[in-house]
Amino acid sequence: MFDRYIICEHDFRNVVSAGEVVGFQLRTRLPYYRGLGLSMVEDIAILIDGQPIPREALSLTVHGNTYALSEMETEYVDRWEFGEEAVLIARFPGGLAAGLHKVDLTHTLRISYLPFLSIGSDTKVLALAD
Amino acid sequence: MMITNGIKRGVSLYSFQEEFFLRKMTLEDCIAAAATLGALGIESIAEQMMPGFPNLSDAFYDRWHGWMAKYGTTPTCHDLFLDTKMYKGRLMTDAEMLASVVRDLKHANRLGCTVIRVIVNTPPHIMELAAPYAEQYNVRLGLEIHAPFNFDHEWIQRHLETYARVGSPYLGIIPDMGIFEKRFPRVRADRYVRQGAHPHIVQYISDVHAQHAGTEGLVEAIKAMGANELDLAMAGDIAHMTYVEPRRLLEFAPLIFHIHGKFYEMLEDCTEYSIPYHEIVPVLRECGFNGFISSEYEGNRHIQDVFEVDSVEQVRRHQRMLARLLGEA
Repeated sequence: MFDRYIICEHDFRNVVSAGEVVGFQLRTRLPYYRGLGLSMVEDIAILIDGQPIPREALSLTVHGNTYALSEMETEYVDRWEFGEEAVLIARFPGGLAAGLHKVDLTHTLRISYLPFLSIGSDTKVLALAD
Repeated sequence: MMITNGIKRGVSLYSFQEEFFLRKMTLEDCIAAAATLGALGIESIAEQMMPGFPNLSDAFYDRWHGWMAKYGTTPTCHDLFLDTKMYKGRLMTDAEMLASVVRDLKHANRLGCTVIRVIVNTPPHIMELAAPYAEQYNVRLGLEIHAPFNFDHEWIQRHLETYARVGSPYLGIIPDMGIFEKRFPRVRADRYVRQGAHPHIVQYISDVHAQHAGTEGLVEAIKAMGANELDLAMAGDIAHMTYVEPRRLLEFAPLIFHIHGKFYEMLEDCTEYSIPYHEIVPVLRECGFNGFISSEYEGNRHIQDVFEVDSVEQVRRHQRMLARLLGEA
């Protein structure tokens, strides 16, 4: 559910820090009908043009608060709200080349009333913003 | 004056999730839309449309009550979740679960709700521990009876036995009308076809479901027809659907606090494709039920891949159907 809305098409761009391109970012929404505490986001997995980005290189920003994926595991207060565009940031020295990129994004969620993990996926071809 | 035999119409704001998710409607817009449709009882899901929950400000609750006054609506039910798997590698303790339920009782009380929809994974003994708090906050706890569970499921039976033993008027149930799934929802079948299921196998599975005679031999039968992964997934779905005879509601009448008027597809003639409301509503009247039926639209997830969702129109048709079945002028 909501899978087609996981990847937002706007604001996909390289991330610059201290004059250097250190990675890229994209906006993403939770494939679920309510918000969820961050500790219950079991995993976020992304492929860029078929290439996996290591989990250790990912962080997520929700309403201004940034967490490494490992930090999210023990975040019991902050939430990723329903329909909220979070920013997924990938450490990726040099960034992505200009032009189109295929993005595969999968969110794995621990939903307490389901006896299995809830998995939502989306694939889109996005144009890197200037 | 409307004659409703005591049953009142409301809406669960869950119905408008597509528009809220896409930021086409705000919480206030959802309440205003409900009022326009004559659904004056408002059921809400804090974790869906009240960002920041459970830490909501006094100003938020003031705004909420302002909206209720402005639109002439009444808070009915708050939908509770219990995140027993919040901690990786362990389940919540009893104390943590109870604290979570009490947190929701306080919220429901502040909203002005008189009922909470308790999520089905809440254990029976937590309901028992929470009963005195429900009384303190004057909010009744109703366990949702939702497919794949039905009244006869062992887990539900344990709940019902607990409520009978505890004897608190604050413990009861909220049947979800999805337990009366007489036909396989067409919007769901059509989606399987769009994704690549075989139309003739989808039809076959729909026909098997409509017989309500179990699914024994189904997988073998469709494999022989050349079933692919999607056909098999649909066959798996019907194992998780229920069709309960609506008159069984009578057995549980005193425990029914609220009704989730689940629906997937309201047709232009204001009937639901898969759930026989014309059979259900008369039984609810016979039960002497005098609470709210909340329209709960859940078709968006089955059509959003290709269609624009119009939740307000779907709820409008559901409300029109309810008004007719309740004998309103």
